[in-house]
Amino acid sequence: MSDAAEGHDDRSLRWLRRAVKFPYFWLLLFFLAPFLIILKISLADPVVAQPPFTPLLEWGAEGFEGLRITFSNYVFLFKDGYYGIIYLSSLKMAAIGTLLCLLLGYPMAYFIARQPPSRRHLLLLAVILPFWISFLLRVYAWIGLLNNRGVINELLLWTGVIDAPIQMLYNDFAVYLGIVYSYLPFMILPLYANLERHDLDLLDAAADLGARRWRAFVDVTLPLSAPGIIGGCLLVFIPAVGEFTIPALLGGADTLMIGRVLWDEFFVNRDWPVASAVSVVLLLLLIAPIMWFQRLQAREQETGR
Amino acid sequence: MNDPQPPPLVRIDGVTKRFGEVTAVDDVSLDIQKGELFAILGASGCGKTTLLRMLAGFEQPTSGRILIDGADMTDVPPYERPVNLMFQSYALFPHMTVEQNVAYGLKKEGVPAPQIRERVAEMLAMVKLGPLAGRKPEKLSGGEKQRVALARSLVKRPKLLLLDEPLAALDKKLREHTQFELANIQYQLGTTFVVVTHDQDEAMTLASRIAVMHEGKIAQVGTPGEVYEYPANRYVAGFVGNINLIEGRVTGRANGRLTLHCDALDADLEAACEEVPAAGETVTVAVRPEKITISREAPAGADRNVVKGVVRDLGYFGDQSLYRVRARSGAVVQVSAQNLRRSAKLIVEWDDEVFLSWEVGSTILLRT
Repeated sequence: MSDAAEGHDDRSLRWLRRAVKFPYFWLLLFFLAPFLIILKISLADPVVAQPPFTPLLEWGAEGFEGLRITFSNYVFLFKDGYYGIIYLSSLKMAAIGTLLCLLLGYPMAYFIARQPPSRRHLLLLAVILPFWISFLLRVYAWIGLLNNRGVINELLLWTGVIDAPIQMLYNDFAVYLGIVYSYLPFMILPLYANLERHDLDLLDAAADLGARRWRAFVDVTLPLSAPGIIGGCLLVFIPAVGEFTIPALLGGADTLMIGRVLWDEFFVNRDWPVASAVSVVLLLLLIAPIMWFQRLQAREQETGR
Repeated sequence: MNDPQPPPLVRIDGVTKRFGEVTAVDDVSLDIQKGELFAILGASGCGKTTLLRMLAGFEQPTSGRILIDGADMTDVPPYERPVNLMFQSYALFPHMTVEQNVAYGLKKEGVPAPQIRERVAEMLAMVKLGPLAGRKPEKLSGGEKQRVALARSLVKRPKLLLLDEPLAALDKKLREHTQFELANIQYQLGTTFVVVTHDQDEAMTLASRIAVMHEGKIAQVGTPGEVYEYPANRYVAGFVGNINLIEGRVTGRANGRLTLHCDALDADLEAACEEVPAAGETVTVAVRPEKITISREAPAGADRNVVKGVVRDLGYFGDQSLYRVRARSGAVVQVSAQNLRRSAKLIVEWDDEVFLSWEVGSTILLRT
């Protein structure tokens, strides 16, 4: 190879290396940096000032005097049972919402994946169509539907099915409905991507070896769709835990979700350090399932040997 | 007891399958005997795969019946048939190990666990896969996958094993080896095998009998020798092996021999014939390339089944040579000759004038 060609190769390689680094740069800028700022605030004391927390670095007359770190916010979180209950309640509501999404989304994804290709695209389009409208507007629209004087209650009253309106809004039911409605596409898409690639000969093979249709589904389709199930569940569960809009708009006073607490700490109490500690703990809670999934995948690859 | 012909294991009785307007299988009747290695041979789209899927139970015939061991299977679902299928794609369960794949059918049957272990081990030993029992399919070579698929479909001891293009996914060397191994296993177990294939070599070497399918119909059923040497019609003659098809006009008939004249080759031909086509009728005869002798001198004492021509193409394969000889009119005859004598120089070369001749018995008379 000539020197010139090598030089050219070298240059394009250097650019490639830079390009490969770009995602890291992105993560650093938009994920790690904000996290570090939040972490820093969570270790400070609240003050009535601008900004409303004590600085990390202490500067005195002789210059740098030391770091000012306090864990009192975390201690407060753990001592006050209120936060623990809310974390648990958020996890529970997100888990139930995720399960509902799975139960609803799996048959839908399965159905779409077994359609002729031309119809599949149309159905997928229908699944992602709601994204064309603002999320906030769509959640608001549910208020109009679920209200005591809303479309559904009015219709039921008018047809005489009920005598008095059913309370459907401002309770946990409305929050679950909102979660399922908003996050269903995030469940369907990874499931579809998985199910669509399945080799249908495998089901014939299972039938040939003595499995009825349902048995073949349980033995073959279900285990092979596990990555899709886990992927879809993470995509729904993680944002649902920290969801603010849905419980704020559709939930009742007794709907306990961490997103609302965060809002209250930041904007009502103006206690930024405690609010930051709440979100750091939330992050740690959410990293756990992701790590678990990663380890599961790594193990899967190892045993595939 | 006095019945010389035992009842067939598989009886396909007037089976037709239509998909909308398309008739995939058209009134097919076939009997397959117990212990046979039967091949269904045909080009893609001839209906052979549909016929196979009806035997396995994945498709229901539009009309007609399928009997296996005397029992009507027409409406029996695949999971209740004493039939197993080895898929062309092998269709191994990717999330199960080799052992689990093979054990699957026995588990569904409710065989007790110790017996499953024993039978799976036995099967894996037979296909020489014992050491790989714990592996996942993705870590196997093509040949190993094929053997797992075979073991999995045989472990339930089916009355009938269906094999869909069993060797198609293997490379040439492995295919030849596997071919004999498959025939060996079939002989050992005595299971009836039905192989569906588009590859005539596969059908010829594997099968004890072949059914050639064409456009949803059975074109001919017979032993490989019968199908090759006595093709029933033009389609079979052309599909199985190489052949020269020659049109001729009937000129006479004597002593069970038919004489005809072929204008394209400017030659008088002779064929054995029992029926009597009318004089002047045009018939088709066929000659296999290897039945033709090629020489530079006119064969002595023969004036029929002799064609004069010029060597236009020559293919040297080491063990044999292939010639394309053109007659004066332009018609081309293919000839193959074994290179029996060791010689770097060929006896017949390009542009040589040659005489082609063959025996009366080698002329195949095709009426349809």
